[in-house]
Amino acid sequence: MSAPPVLALRGVSKRFGAVQALTDVTLEIRAGEVVALVGDNGAGKSTLVKTVSGVHPVDDGAIEWQGAPVRIGKPHDAQALGVATVYQDLALCDNLDVVANLYLGSELRTAGVLDEIAMEKRAKELLDTLSIRIPSVRIPVAALSGGQRQVVAIARALIGDPKVVILDEPTAALGVEQTAQVLDLVERLRERDLAVVLISHNMADVLAVADRVAVLRLGRNNGVFDVADTTHEEIVAAITGASDNAVTRRTARTGRRTGRPAKEARA
Amino acid sequence: MSEQQTTGTAPPAPAPAPAATDPRLLVREKGFAGYLEEFARRIRGGELGSVPVIVGLLVIAVVFQFKNRHFLSADSLTNIGVYTSGMGIMAVGIVFVLLLGEIDLSVGSVAGVGAAVWAVLSVTHGVDDWLAVLIAVAAGGVIGLLHGFFFARIGVPAFVVTLAGFLGWSGLQIWLMGKEGSINTPSGSVVEDLTGYYFEDKAWAYGLALVAVLAYAGSLLLDTRRRRAAALPFRPLGEIALRTGAVAVIAFAVAYVLNEPSGARGLPLALVLFLAVLVLADFVVRRTGYGRRIFAVGGNAEAARRAGINVDRVRITVFGISGMLAAFGGLFIASLSGGATKNLGSGNTLMNVIAAAVIGGTSLFGGRGKIWSALLGMLVIQSIQQGLNLLGMASEIQYMITGAVLLAAVVIDSVSRRTQKTAGRT
Repeated sequence: MSAPPVLALRGVSKRFGAVQALTDVTLEIRAGEVVALVGDNGAGKSTLVKTVSGVHPVDDGAIEWQGAPVRIGKPHDAQALGVATVYQDLALCDNLDVVANLYLGSELRTAGVLDEIAMEKRAKELLDTLSIRIPSVRIPVAALSGGQRQVVAIARALIGDPKVVILDEPTAALGVEQTAQVLDLVERLRERDLAVVLISHNMADVLAVADRVAVLRLGRNNGVFDVADTTHEEIVAAITGASDNAVTRRTARTGRRTGRPAKEARA
Repeated sequence: MSEQQTTGTAPPAPAPAPAATDPRLLVREKGFAGYLEEFARRIRGGELGSVPVIVGLLVIAVVFQFKNRHFLSADSLTNIGVYTSGMGIMAVGIVFVLLLGEIDLSVGSVAGVGAAVWAVLSVTHGVDDWLAVLIAVAAGGVIGLLHGFFFARIGVPAFVVTLAGFLGWSGLQIWLMGKEGSINTPSGSVVEDLTGYYFEDKAWAYGLALVAVLAYAGSLLLDTRRRRAAALPFRPLGEIALRTGAVAVIAFAVAYVLNEPSGARGLPLALVLFLAVLVLADFVVRRTGYGRRIFAVGGNAEAARRAGINVDRVRITVFGISGMLAAFGGLFIASLSGGATKNLGSGNTLMNVIAAAVIGGTSLFGGRGKIWSALLGMLVIQSIQQGLNLLGMASEIQYMITGAVLLAAVVIDSVSRRTQKTAGRT
């Protein structure tokens, strides 16, 4: 690929008091690509996302946007660049309807008055292009199911025409059908040539939609894998940091996996 | 989910025309059948809206008219209207605060301070009457902003801040009123006119009713035309006609009662001012970005913050609005009682104002409600008081009955919330 990555982290470090949360982390995100960010609890996934979305500015290292160095000091900087983050708790207002939630904080106005019609029309168009099915754009978000709320939250991230969309555990609380809907949506984001960062604990989801998997372990890079030629075991090994761990032992014992021995993690 | 079931139980839609419509999509069927069906679905889902209040008002009217045939006389109804206005304006401020999910316990004291500031400036110090009124209202606004500052920036619960304000401002009020303790409204002053002036020419009341109906119908038609142009679902003409008809009946019935029967005094200025405050506040809440931000903060403050809304500013200004309207309402009370006194706005003023907002259907839990609930709720309270006065009931009985009505309103609010939860709404 010749074009520079939309967003690149180069040697990023972040320290909270005595805790070195991120050490020399490098990550490249390209348009039209889904990068899964995986790692065990406390590996630094959330911290990494927060540095990109401006919640925690980096201590050390550089962030590049389309090849040019930028500084992301506060959430507004990230939004201005075109980084939209969908947090795990979705941050929707239950009492407002879908249209109001989509445009919350960036309402369309004509002569100072809310232009409900323009907002409703554009909201419908957006939801249609994403093939999102909800009962009505004029019902309160509280009336939607978990999966519908998740897709509304993702759709909302697209209102500001971002280039990078970061999804924090989008399928964590969803059922089978709803997870599939969200994964479909992730693929549609890729088709729209957005760069998607997907944080997930669910390896099946990661392997289903991601193009590349970036593994974090104890705040450091622990390998970037192309999904096309990587096995589940390789990624698990990179996450846990060893080929001999609870997951591989269990696999060997029950023999439910392919039976192929897990390879050493690429450090 | 209920809407799935309800639409599911509807006769399997006779082959809906264009391709793959999800059967769960909420599409209102054409005509009145669809309208009724949607209404029934809302009621079952716990979205009672104004239904309990309107039923309550009808019951009140029938019961008191049965007991005392003067209840629906022009004089009595005009009194209800005028008494509703002042406290209703205060209730509008409370609706703003309740939409945030907060409470303002200081409105009674702030009303007293407003009246005292006006009286001291205008009567004692000879300041221009209009200027004194403006300063009094502004003082209420500043007091409210102060409450908002302590709540939003310092993080003290609004309950405690305004409780402190309740005590503190009534102290200020008594100090301002000095030794005599009361200052009578001079005749011909602005404040006397607030509740004492009537537009005697019948054209005023009928004209205002006509303007209101035309404006209502016009806004509905305009909205429908724009929605139709944008290919969005729009209200059918039948529904617009029905709604306009209902508004017209109410508006002209009120105008008739104010104008025609013996003892009628015409259109009270107080009612006009109250309606102006209602229309303006309703517009701000439903049609502006500021109103949207109020609902967002009341629904989920953290989500609002992440959406880039300045939550502190919304909170502070809402308390400012509440204080301003409280002081304005205080001037009405002073006008009705003939002057500012040491204990104006004390007693059950605060209770009545909060009760009105809640009885009218604004939730105590934030994020749900309408400005018009201030009108409906205050009408209920003042009708009961007027009726009990006509029956010669003692004030202790009135307290008990008003208390029971408030409790009933809060019970309806809580129960409907629970129904909405089971119906998948909050």
